[in-house]
Amino acid sequence: MPRWGMVIDLDKCFACQSCTAACRMENNTPPAGPDQTGDGRAILWNEVLAFVEGDYPKTQVLLVPRPCQQCDNPPCTYVCPVKATYKNEDGIVVVDYDRCIGCRMCAVACPYQVRYFNWHVPEWPPALRAHLNPDPEVAPRPKGVVEKCTFCIQRLRHAQEKAAAEGRPFDATDYQPACVQTCTGHARYFGDLDDPNSLVYDLSHSPRAFRLLEEMGTEPKVYYLKQG
Amino acid sequence: MDTVISSASAHETELERAVMNPLRHTTRWFWMAIGVLAALVVLLLVVLIRQWVLGLGVTGLGRPVYWGIYITNFVFFIGISHAGTLITAILRVTNAEWRRPITRVAEAITFFALILGAAQILLDLGRLDRVLNVVIFGRFQSPLLWDVTCITIYLLSSTLYLYLPMIPDLARLRDRMAPAAAQVGGATRSRLRNWRYHLYRIMSVGWHGSAEQHRRLERAISIMAVLIIPIAVSVHTVVSWIFGMMMQPMWHSTILGPYFVVGAIFSGIAMLFLFMTLIRKAWGLERWIGAKQYDYLGLLLLVMSVFWAYFTLSEYLTTGYGTLVHERHVLQAKLSGEYAPWFYAMLFLNFVVPFAVLIRRKGRTPAGTVIASAAIAVGMWIERFTIIAPTLTRPSLGYEKAVYTPSFTEIAITFGSLALFAMLFLLFFKLFPAISIWEVEEGEHIAAVKRKAEELMAQPGPAIVATSVAGGPAGVPAGVPAQPLRNME
Repeated sequence: MPRWGMVIDLDKCFACQSCTAACRMENNTPPAGPDQTGDGRAILWNEVLAFVEGDYPKTQVLLVPRPCQQCDNPPCTYVCPVKATYKNEDGIVVVDYDRCIGCRMCAVACPYQVRYFNWHVPEWPPALRAHLNPDPEVAPRPKGVVEKCTFCIQRLRHAQEKAAAEGRPFDATDYQPACVQTCTGHARYFGDLDDPNSLVYDLSHSPRAFRLLEEMGTEPKVYYLKQG
Repeated sequence: MDTVISSASAHETELERAVMNPLRHTTRWFWMAIGVLAALVVLLLVVLIRQWVLGLGVTGLGRPVYWGIYITNFVFFIGISHAGTLITAILRVTNAEWRRPITRVAEAITFFALILGAAQILLDLGRLDRVLNVVIFGRFQSPLLWDVTCITIYLLSSTLYLYLPMIPDLARLRDRMAPAAAQVGGATRSRLRNWRYHLYRIMSVGWHGSAEQHRRLERAISIMAVLIIPIAVSVHTVVSWIFGMMMQPMWHSTILGPYFVVGAIFSGIAMLFLFMTLIRKAWGLERWIGAKQYDYLGLLLLVMSVFWAYFTLSEYLTTGYGTLVHERHVLQAKLSGEYAPWFYAMLFLNFVVPFAVLIRRKGRTPAGTVIASAAIAVGMWIERFTIIAPTLTRPSLGYEKAVYTPSFTEIAITFGSLALFAMLFLLFFKLFPAISIWEVEEGEHIAAVKRKAEELMAQPGPAIVATSVAGGPAGVPAGVPAQPLRNME
């Protein structure tokens, strides 16, 4: 089984946030509006975080796109009381939206805050509503459940089905999440971390490679290449 | 509305009369108090329905502060529920006689606190309609399941532990409140009006006070007393572990389990003081809930305050002395950040005030303990809040410092829940005696026997002299206390 992982090159990323926008369009996350966003209600499965240190003119800014880290040792899955969230056989941490009781313990447990909660019944302005992704896997979630980045698992399923329909073996390069596909700076890479011939294998072993909060032992599968 | 009382054969002791008085008569003040509390409960229901319809967005919560006031309330109420266990179980097991007049109030606090605590968790769920998933799909790897299990066991045991010692009292009420028709024989008085009699009759399960029944009851209560202590300890330990098991700064602490248990007993005794003083004043029970209860329980509260302060010092000194970055951010939030006023208020209310009041004997009175307990009740709520909010506003990734401003909904639900707690408590004691009559009588009997034994032991020489051997005046009836020897010579 491929161990799906992502590498994000922080030298190439210039924080255009196309990845965030593409993720929203692919996965039907509802827009929160400026007021609700100020209250921390925005649902952005992929978010670009700004780490700012120092004062102008000596500010140091690090802009980091942050999807779900898809940890191999995910603290969020241990605490779910009903096993609504678990690491599936593809190594992707998924949420069963029909089972989730909305206790938000997983959201509190995640050290990266990649989990989002539906505080209201989700709504879309008419322009966005007309362009919702019709895929049933990403049907809009109801109020009161937790959701998060799934490495666009619906694309994985489609790629596997397509390969089967075409009678050829499924190849890891057949599938990539929307953020990786859209990245304007070609800063995001995706593939099988265990395949010694894959690009992500090489990059994840690069001396520039690091992971967020590595000391916590969560074993995230999203690697970053150091800036500068 | 007075209940019909069979006056013919009743000879009531002063204790019985005092304890049953509120069951017979209801004053204007009571209805006014219930009215005020009921108004708050109605507010609670209205905002709750609104939250149910609109979603948890009506709260002040937001990422990353996914837990806030409701979880604070949950921990607070479960903490208070330790009032009953300490008093009734531990003091029973250690044979502390002074517990007798306050066991009923303590056990009632536990019962209602657990119900309100569980309610707080339920109203915090995003999908309350799916709560049964916890039963159907529950997995024990999750600390929340440990919570559900332990709290359910504790609720069932506490209900039993409240009910069992009430049986003899319920039987007494049944006997005292037997409808007049039964006495007169054949009168067609409507029995529906005497619903209380029927309630007591059913609940007293045929108790008639025989030695055998007493033996069985004492045995059952003793077993429950011993069992309920580890259950109660487990409850607040697993409540602490919904924080302690998670890798959030200043939560992942090994001390959390014992810290919460100490805090629970601490806040439990404080609540007990508040409610027992209220009941004592309102129901006129000053003679039985007296100086001894306030003195000894006050000493216990003082000890718990010192204990709590010791754990707090240990936690904060250890965190502050180290250089772990994520923990230091949370610590700074409490010591010098926006949570500093809360933190210092907590120290003042939980340690400074109780210590100052309770260290002196003159402070361990109804007035003094109410001041200390009110301070502790507020202080311990703040303690729960300052455990939850500062950590969540400073996530380890450290790219933001969030702000949590509770909304009107959360504040209304908090005060509404407290009002509901008080209202249920008052209504309960309108129906059931606030003092365990038989236990106090048993205590008085034991005390009288002890006094008598001490008296007899204090006399020099053979203490018991039969009247015939002593050669006293002829015709002295048997059963007259023996004359002291010196009068014989």
